[in-house]
Parts: sequence; C-alpha cells; structure tokens
Amino acid sequence: MHREFLMGNEAMALGALAAGVNVVAGYPGTPSTEVLETIAKRNPGDVYVEWSVNEKAGMEVAAGAAYCGARTLVTCKQVGLNVASDPLMSLEYIGVSGGMVILVADDPGPISSQTEQDTRTFGMFSKVPVFDPSSVRDAYQMIQDAFELSERIGSPVIMRPTTRVDHGYEAIEVKDQDEWRSDKPEGFVKDSSRWVIFPRLSVRNHALIEERNTRLTDELSSYPGNFIVPSGAKAGRMGIATHGVSYEYVEEDLSDDPRRPRVLRIATPFPFPERLAVEFLQGLDEVLCVEELDPVIERALVYVCGRHGISCRIRGKLTGDVRSSGENSVESVTAAIDAFLGRPRPAAPAPDDVPQLPVRPPVLCAGCPHRASFLAVKRAMAGRKTIFCGDIGCYTLGNAQPLDMCDTCLCMGAGIDIAQGVFHVEPDTLAFAFVGDSTFFASGITGTINAFYNQAEMTLVVLDNSTTAMTGHQPHPGTGRTVMGDVVRAVSMENVLRGIGLTTVEVVNPLDHELAVETVRRVAAEPGVKAIIFRSPCVVLAKPKAKSRVDASACVGCQRCVRQLGCPALIPQADGRVDIDQSQCTGCTLCEQVCPVHAISGGERL
Amino acid sequence: MSTNIVLCGVGGQGTILASKLIATAAMERGIPVKTAETIGMAQRGGSVFSHVRVGDGAASPLVGRGKADVIVAFEPAEAVRQLPFLRHGGTVVVSNRPVVPVSSMTGGLAYDLDAIMTYLRMQEESGRIGALSVVEARRAELELGSAKCLNVVLLGAAARSGTLGLSVEDMRHAVHERVPERFWELNDHALAWG
Repeated sequence: MHREFLMGNEAMALGALAAGVNVVAGYPGTPSTEVLETIAKRNPGDVYVEWSVNEKAGMEVAAGAAYCGARTLVTCKQVGLNVASDPLMSLEYIGVSGGMVILVADDPGPISSQTEQDTRTFGMFSKVPVFDPSSVRDAYQMIQDAFELSERIGSPVIMRPTTRVDHGYEAIEVKDQDEWRSDKPEGFVKDSSRWVIFPRLSVRNHALIEERNTRLTDELSSYPGNFIVPSGAKAGRMGIATHGVSYEYVEEDLSDDPRRPRVLRIATPFPFPERLAVEFLQGLDEVLCVEELDPVIERALVYVCGRHGISCRIRGKLTGDVRSSGENSVESVTAAIDAFLGRPRPAAPAPDDVPQLPVRPPVLCAGCPHRASFLAVKRAMAGRKTIFCGDIGCYTLGNAQPLDMCDTCLCMGAGIDIAQGVFHVEPDTLAFAFVGDSTFFASGITGTINAFYNQAEMTLVVLDNSTTAMTGHQPHPGTGRTVMGDVVRAVSMENVLRGIGLTTVEVVNPLDHELAVETVRRVAAEPGVKAIIFRSPCVVLAKPKAKSRVDASACVGCQRCVRQLGCPALIPQADGRVDIDQSQCTGCTLCEQVCPVHAISGGERL
Repeated sequence: MSTNIVLCGVGGQGTILASKLIATAAMERGIPVKTAETIGMAQRGGSVFSHVRVGDGAASPLVGRGKADVIVAFEPAEAVRQLPFLRHGGTVVVSNRPVVPVSSMTGGLAYDLDAIMTYLRMQEESGRIGALSVVEARRAELELGSAKCLNVVLLGAAARSGTLGLSVEDMRHAVHERVPERFWELNDHALAWG
C-alpha cells in the first residue's frame, strides 16, 4: 500500500485496476471522463481500453468481454446511460461471466448536463445493484466491492458517484501495482441456452433476478458500507438517513454534538438493505432523509415502515423538508437539519450594498472556429426564415449573444432529427442542424440517414475541430488516434456522408469568412439533404502562429467586431476603441475580416 | 480544525493548479487535505472555484458559507461573488486585474471595477474582511517578465498572510514538486514577489 492524492475518478480507476479489470470501454462525459483516461495512463500494459463511438457501443463491447469471463468496466455520465439503456436492460436478463461494473457519474445541479436524473432509480428500473460512494476513499473501495459482487451474482453492477465525489480530491491509501489482481479470462464458452435472449429465457431469468435481489436486501444489510452511526448521549428520538456526498455534509454539520441524531448511511440504495433499515428505525419517531436527486431512500423507508408496521414519520423531499431539485451544499443540509431538530437559525447577515456583478457564463474561447462557422451561417441566412438546431458540445455555447445561433438543443445527435421534424411541419423554413465531429460519430449518422431516406430538406453543418473538445480533448473515430496511443485509419466523415447518398458535401475552413458565407448560401439553396463540414482545429490544442493587433490610429471605435463576434480577446477601451488581449488571441483573423476600416491585422490563421 | 481556502477566478486562469499546489504543500507536511474542483463547461471562461480544506476534521470536500479562512481571488468580481464563503474577519487575496466577460461587452450588466474594489475596501474597514491583500497583476507580470505566473504570485501573498497554515517555503517545495525545473526560478521569484 502507498498513499496518493487522488481525484475520485482517479481513485475509481486505480480501484478497477486493483480489482484486475481486463477491458474498459466508455464515452467521455462530465463528470465521468477522467476514470477511463486514468486507466489508460496507469495501464500496466495488458488492459484493453477504448473510447467507444458511444455508450451503447461501449456497453456492448464490455458485455462481450464479460461473456468471456473478463472483468470489464464501462464509464459514462448519467445521460450516457440512456444511450446504453437498451443493452443494459437486456444484459441484466442474460448476465455475465466476468465481473462487470458500469460506472455512471451523476451530476446534481446539474453543472454540466441536460438532466438531473438519478442512476439509483435506473438501477431499480433495470434491476441492477447500485453502489453509491460518499468520498474518494469510499469510491476506491466500493468499485472493488462492486467487481466482487458482480462476479458472485453473475450480473452487471452499477457504480454511481456524483460530481463532488468524481472531482473531489483526497489523499488515500491505495494498493501497489504488485498487489493488483491479475487473471486471464477463461474465454467464451458456447451455450445458446445462456447467451441468446428469447422470451422463455427472459421469464425464467426474471424470476431468478427478483429472487436474488430479495436475498441481497438481507445480505447487503451486513455490507460495511451501509452503517448506522449511533446517536449522541443527549439525542431525542430522531434520525437522519443519507447517502453519497450528502453524508459528508451531514457529518460536517453534526460532528461530535451530544444531541446528534442517529444516522443511517446507505451505500447500496438498490437492493435496499432492509434489515439494517429496520434496526435503524427502532425507537425513532421521526427521520429526515437528506438526499440528492430522487428521494430513493425516503421511498424505501416509507415502504419499510409500512411493511414492518413501524410507526415513524419519514420526512425529506416528498414532504418538502428537503428541496426537490438542485445540488445539496453544506449550508442547504445544515438548514434542513436545523429545521428538523428545531435548532435556532443564525440571523441572516444584514444586506449590504453589494455591487451588481456581471454574469459570467461559459463562452466560446477566443479564436474558436465554431464562432466563425456560426457567423458565416448567420450572415448567409440573414433575413431568411430559418431554424438552427444545436447539439451537445462546446458549440452549444453558440446560443449566447451576440451569436444567438442555437434555437434548440435536446440530447446527443438530436438536432439532426429535430430539424427534420420542423421541416415536415414548416416546409418553408430553412432547417439547419449543427453537430460536432465527435457527436456526429456518436449519434449523428442514423439521423442523417433518416433525413435522406425520408426526403427531408435540411442543411447539416458539421463543426469539425478534430477532437472531443468539451470533455477535455479525447480522440474519436475521425481523429485517427485511439486512447491506447495507436495511430489508426481515420473514419472519413465526407465518405460516410457520400456513402449515405448525399451529393453535396462541402469542406470549408470557417476562418476563411467570405468563402464560408458564400458556401453556406450556395449549399442551403440546394434541395434535399446536404452537408457543409467546417473544418478547423480546436484552438486549445493548436499553437497560434501570429496574433492580431489593432492599429489604434485606424480604429474608429464602431465596435462592430465586439458586437458581432463576442470574442473574449476583444476588449473595448475607455475611449471606445478596441484592443486585443494578446494572452488570449490566437490569430484566427475573424475580427480582421469583419472590421469595416481594416484596422486589425497581423494574425495568421491555422 | 481545518483551514478552509476558497480559490476563485475565471475558467482558464489556473485555479486548479493553484489548489493542487496547496494540496501538495500540505501533503508534503503530512497534513490531511481535501479539495473540490470545478471541471466541465464552466472551464470555458465561466466563473470557477476550488475549495481546499487543510488539516484534520474536514468531512465535506466543500467549504460551507461563512466558513472560509481565506479567499484567493484571481479576479476582483469573482472575489465579491465568493465573499459569502468568507468567515467574519477572514483574509482576501485578490488580483486587481478584471477579466471583463463577453456579456458585459454585448449589452449585459456593465463591469464596474471601481465599485467592486471600493466595496472590497469597505468590507475591510468594517472588519468583515480581516485583511485585504490586493495584488497588482500588471506590475507583477512586468517585473517578473511573464504573464503565466499570476497564480503563484497570489499563492505567495496568501502564504505570507499566514492564513494558509502553510509557509512560503512549503509552497516553494510544492512548486518544485509539480512544475518542470526550467520554471523553478521564475516561480520562486513569483512566490516572493510583492
């Protein structure tokens, strides 16, 4: 054992390696991404790691490997599990031979996601057991326990951290590499009565799954991660049930208060440790459930009370004692406990004259080629009836002023299909779908085929910056690199589109502004489904060649560059003229091309 | 008892590295440390923060409101935004250079630097802020000859304030641990600057 300062995601990666994981597949998504990256970085050499094209592919690759007896790990964020839900739902009926852990990072808040869905609930729905760690230390231990459980019951198991565990850091004891498990998988054993899903197998296995999960509610009551913290000497007949990082907030609040209520920490929300819950409820009149996302523990305790005839009032989200949405914090948990225990609240500080602060939402980086692509389409389509369907990635930020080029955004790849739906209702609207390169490969191809087959009219705009930028620049099928470091043949987006049948597929550098505008005008006028690929590398990865500067004597202070581009490197001065922040400028030259008096020069675009 | 530190700024300014440096310095001294980071969409020029808890007795990775001993702000408006986290009489180390958000340039709320700095000074006069240390970012960068070490300048100022529970020397060791050797001299000067 040795001590390391680790991010929760790194700790889970090392936990998986210590458990002897053989195959790892996933798709990037905040807050899960660093798990797979860390496994790739710390790979002892014999672990197969891939960024899959999407979560469904990753789940199926891992399932196949687990059929062979390999220990496998899938990593994704909560909405990624939606994409992989089809294989998961069926896989639970089939089961696995090697231990299979599905690591799904939830995002209360949500901080970087579309939904506040709770994977604990998904576990119940899919009947897959769930582990829910509270800290970095927990996360390291529980992922190893998850592999053990999975292999023992022959079923996939979900590991469900949330953002504060994923992106929290702590110094913890971890195993040395020579202590890691290392097993060679036995290989696939043919048995069509086991691996081929048919209704007869499903109904038989369904019964076995229900039986097993009932058994687990008892077994997991003895799991050390589920525990009761005894009450203080002066406590009343009150209890708090909690989980995840909220447990740490509760402990932060109660510390060694002699009036502290009894605390139940739930690490396996499904199957729920029922015997332990009954023990916890003995002698209590009221319990406050402090949870994030869904009231999973609260519902389970209400059920346990009813089933066992226990008279105890269960409070939480369903009773309005804990807020129903949003991320918990140290103070939101303290406020809920104050109210529950009837503790006096400190007086709110007197309001003072806090100056109004500018809002600071995330923005496209200075020099980002997406800005140029959006501006080209905006200018080309000025005055026309249009819809701009956006998608998931950095380019969702194109919705902000002054670009205002994202009318819809739903989920990965949806923009392409939304555009078709709009076209079928409003054929006179010019429908555009913007999609990033990684998103196109992940889930844009089927939508494009759908549009082509079903005779929609739309312009597909692929914003190709040759990386998965938002999640930290992972490679994808179009980059010709893998996470294992191999150089492979890149999948050509142009060939995919032409293979579908599109006859107009234009590739343009969006930073060549006039050409980009002219291309959009021409392509948008063509019938059917047509595509423009705006190709220019992400500026976070590319090194600038030469930066742009403003000739102060020529700048007339019209600020057209600022108003059109919203580039963070363009800084208006007190006299109205514009200066360029050299630490941010990448020399993309877009401002040079929109300046009406040619006062900006010197940049050299990539 | 733990020392609670809130680092804040704008995505891309280097708050994550700064929090790692503090954590490394604590680790080297054998002091327990927990941190929580902003990773994700906000890193693209949004408001970001890191919470660092140094010492025993920290359960949560996040600092509670009114519980921070020190705020290290890479940007003045972000110092004011995070001020509710500061305990009464806590320390604020702040860079005086604003990063004006695009929203302020394109019709949103204006960025009033004077109002923000005046407000911070008033908080020091009233005792709400125990000690306010304003780092002149432009001068620091000119004198150090680099625009890449504001985070280390701010950490040096914070360490000298005595509120980190870590000395400038501790921070120097941490920098040498985390940063390539060719940048040691620059960073040593940055830690000592001011």
